[in-house]
Amino acid sequence: MIQTTHSANPVTKERRDRFLSRRSVIEMRARERARALLDRGSFRELLGPFDRLESPWLPLQGIVPESDDGVIIARGQLAGQPAVIMAIEGAFQGGGMGEVSASKIAGALALARRDCASSKPILPVLLLETGGVRLQEANLGEAVVAEIHAEIIALRRHVPVIGVITGMVGCFGGMSITAGLCSYLVIFPQGRLELNGPEVIEQEAGIDELDASDKRLIWSLMGGEQRYETGFADALVEDDAELLKQTIRDLAARGIPARHRSEKVEEYRRSLANIDPAAPPDGPALRRMWPKGDMQ
Amino acid sequence: METLNFEYEAKGPLTRRAHVGVVGSGDLEVLIEPSNKPTAVVRVRTSVNGYGQVWKAVLDRFFARFERAAHVEINDFGATPGTVMLRLEQAAEEVWP
Repeated sequence: MIQTTHSANPVTKERRDRFLSRRSVIEMRARERARALLDRGSFRELLGPFDRLESPWLPLQGIVPESDDGVIIARGQLAGQPAVIMAIEGAFQGGGMGEVSASKIAGALALARRDCASSKPILPVLLLETGGVRLQEANLGEAVVAEIHAEIIALRRHVPVIGVITGMVGCFGGMSITAGLCSYLVIFPQGRLELNGPEVIEQEAGIDELDASDKRLIWSLMGGEQRYETGFADALVEDDAELLKQTIRDLAARGIPARHRSEKVEEYRRSLANIDPAAPPDGPALRRMWPKGDMQ
Repeated sequence: METLNFEYEAKGPLTRRAHVGVVGSGDLEVLIEPSNKPTAVVRVRTSVNGYGQVWKAVLDRFFARFERAAHVEINDFGATPGTVMLRLEQAAEEVWP
C-alpha cells in the first residue's frame, strides 16, 4: 500500500516520466477532485451552486459567501461501484465547516445509510481539506459536525467509510475527529492531521511548546508519513488521482474493519500511559513507540 | 463586503448556464444563467470595498461583446481585474461557444 515519494533513489527516466504523467489531486479544487475520482461521465452533483444553499451567516458578518458553501456532494460510480463523494473546498474559508456545508455532508451520509440499509450498497468517500469548524458559525457548525460523526458511526456498520486528506490545508479541529472515525484513512505525504493546528498550539501554549514556522518539525509530528507510520492513517500514497482511486477501491474491498480505530479506546489509553508528558517523544521516537500495525 | 449591481443591454437569449471559479484568496466564482428579462443583470459581492469604478470598467468591456440576456452572480475574494476577466471569459466559453 505504501508508495513514498521521498526516497533517496536517483531520478531515473522512469521516475521522472511517472512524476510528469501524474495528475495532482492537491492542485485540484474540490469539484475537480470529485470528478477525477468518479468514473468518466458518471459525476452528478447534488445541491450544486445553482441551488444556492449558501451560508446565511457569513454575509451578516461582512464575508462573501460561496454558492455551494464550500462542499461538493457528488454521486457517481467509482471503479464501477456506486459511490458518493463529499468533498470540502479548502480554498474557501480554509475549508471551514459552517451550518450549511456540514449539513450537506451529514445529509449525504444519512442518504447513504438509507441506501445501504435497503440493500443498495454505496461507497461513501470524504475528501477532507479543512481547518475544522468555521469560527464565524461557531456552535451551529459544531452541532452539525457532531451530526456528521453520529452518521459516520451509524453508516460504518453497513459499509466502510473512506476518508482522504486531500490538500495542503490538512485536516484539523473537529474534522480531525471525523478523519479518526473513518473506517480507512488515506493521506498524502504533504497532508497533515491533528486536532489543533500548529498556529493554534503556538498561540495558546507558546513558542517553546511548538514553533509553527518550523515546517520540518510540524511534518515530523503531524505530516502524512508520520501519521501513516504511527498507525493513524491506513494508506500513504503519492499525490496522483489514478493512484488515489485505486487505493480507495482496494480499501473498500477490504470490507468493514473488525474493529474501527476509534473503538480501540483501551489500547490507545495504554499507549498514552507510556508517554511521559514532562519529556514527550519527538516524531522518530513516537514511530518507535507506536509502530503501525501495533493496534491491529 | 460590498454589493454592486449592474445592468446591460442584451441582443439575444442564452440557453445554457455555467459555474466557474472558487471564492478563494485572489479568486472569484461566476454563476451565469439564462434570464427572462431582455438584459444582463449582474450582482457582484466583493470582499474589497471601494472598487466600484474598476468593476464597472471590467464589466462594461466584457458586456460590450457578451450581449446575452443573462442573470450573473459574482462572489469575489479579492481577484485582480485580469483574473475577473479570465473567469468571465471562461464562463462565457461554456454558455456561449
